[in-house]
Amino acid sequence: MMPARPIQRDENPAGVHLPLDPLPGHTSRGRLERVLRRGEFAVTAELNPPDSADPEDVYNRAKIFDGWIDGINAVDASGANCHMSSVGICALLTRMGYAPIMQIACRDKNRIAIQGDVLGAAAMGVANILCLTGDGVQAGDQPGAKPVFDLDSTSLLETIRIMRDNGKFLSGRKLTTPPQVFLGAAVNPFAPPYDFRPIHLGKKIAAGAQFVQTQYCFDVPMFRGFMERARDLGFTEKVFILCGVGPLASAKTAKWIRSNVPGIHIPDAVIKRLEGAQDQKAEGKRLCIDIINEVKEIPGVAGVHVMAYRQEEYVAEIVDESGVLKGRRPWKHEPRPDDHLVADRLGHILNDDVTETQTDMVKSAH
Amino acid sequence: MAERPASTTAKGPADAPVVPAPAATPGVTQATIVKRSAPKSDYKPADVSPQRRVQRKTYTVRLWAVRNSRLLEWFYARFADVFLLLHPVWKGIGYSRVEAPVKFVEKRVKGFMFDCRMCGQCVLSSTGMSCPMNCPKQLRNGPCGGVRANGNCEVEPDMPCVWVKAWEGSRNMAKGDAILNIQKPVDQSLRETSAWLRVTAQAAAEREQSKAGANA
Repeated sequence: MMPARPIQRDENPAGVHLPLDPLPGHTSRGRLERVLRRGEFAVTAELNPPDSADPEDVYNRAKIFDGWIDGINAVDASGANCHMSSVGICALLTRMGYAPIMQIACRDKNRIAIQGDVLGAAAMGVANILCLTGDGVQAGDQPGAKPVFDLDSTSLLETIRIMRDNGKFLSGRKLTTPPQVFLGAAVNPFAPPYDFRPIHLGKKIAAGAQFVQTQYCFDVPMFRGFMERARDLGFTEKVFILCGVGPLASAKTAKWIRSNVPGIHIPDAVIKRLEGAQDQKAEGKRLCIDIINEVKEIPGVAGVHVMAYRQEEYVAEIVDESGVLKGRRPWKHEPRPDDHLVADRLGHILNDDVTETQTDMVKSAH
Repeated sequence: MAERPASTTAKGPADAPVVPAPAATPGVTQATIVKRSAPKSDYKPADVSPQRRVQRKTYTVRLWAVRNSRLLEWFYARFADVFLLLHPVWKGIGYSRVEAPVKFVEKRVKGFMFDCRMCGQCVLSSTGMSCPMNCPKQLRNGPCGGVRANGNCEVEPDMPCVWVKAWEGSRNMAKGDAILNIQKPVDQSLRETSAWLRVTAQAAAEREQSKAGANA
């Protein structure tokens, strides 16, 4: 008899790759929505997409987040640079039971391709979709590409909401099985027009956003102001807000980001703090943890989204040291106990150098 | 336990110890390398996006329109009424026959005033008299996250963000809260057609329907 494997919370006992039981009030059958609706502080992170056709590269990169986060963002050619597609990453991650958040950028696909991808992704078990406009093509490694921008983030949200709730394509044609997804959007409280940003969030909620992830937050007072406004407008009850955070590698990187990446606001105080530190990388991590500790106290913040680009190995430490999970252990990919048994038996067949003849087999048979 | 068969393509199996990726050198991205390795030439176009090159280089009139959005809103409302009054005339001549001259005028007037792109489904009254099709991403529902701190566009660094201006313009307008409406995606099949005639014909049909409803 095989030892029974303990079933983790938010896991389908019939198999890790299968959707969870539908719950009342939930639009998806994924783990992230359950965590958020239970009122737990959620943590998501971004997977650095590989420039490779190897599934192991994706699994290696997902593995370092194991047991620390509730959702993995599969980015869609971020910064307009070519990488493995978000659909491909999600296909691999869902096989292993991870909860990917599939990003869709409007830059590369028109409404025909996007609606097809939504159905395909939902069929693979993707439960969360993040709707983005996408960076302009001039920002990436292929500035000669044709910018599509057929939909924008808001109309993309509305399109998927219509597919899910009305069971129809944008054209009105019926779907036989609508996609069950939890819809996300991005907001940037740190770029002008500042007084329009909270109202813009309301527009995205009206279009269908159920959770939002913000741009990198390095200016907590500014974020607090945004949240205050969002609370006054009653938005924090309608949407789960995950504050975007991340470690800065050094003061030099911070300065470079500030002058080269539009939309990321880094105050002088942050750069001064990094410059004054002995070990800038450690200080960047410390700063990230301090920001998490500040934003988690802001009413209406439902979680954090840790974007540690090329420093993914720090995500676990950041989450651990900030203590935001309060002892909770998110779902972890574990090998099943019977995997060893199977591997042992298969190993015997594969590796033992025995040549069996028919005569020998008859002799050894009873 | 048996050894796993070696992967033919991976650097290592998924359960191997994780080797952190090298940190990015600031300033050197693939995009930078591509830009640096582009063939050098004396001629460098002033604008980044090809979309920008088909319009005027100054934003004076466009910005004037945003500043005077209230006046233009008032004027546009009167203008739409006049067009609707003329509905029998358009119908008499035939909408298809007046299309060409009306489109000719519309394209030039709106082109001068708003740098119009003739998307054929004008939403100026919902966007503070700032044409959203001038946005390099053609966003019709609000700004993207890349607006520069000085309020300029991410793609075209010298152009004020269309949506920063739209928000300013909408605050001056009587019905400025129309900016909160969610706009449907652009119907690309209506490009280069007259929005004026379309709106008039729709308003006329609506008026007739409500009349028929009142009589019934």
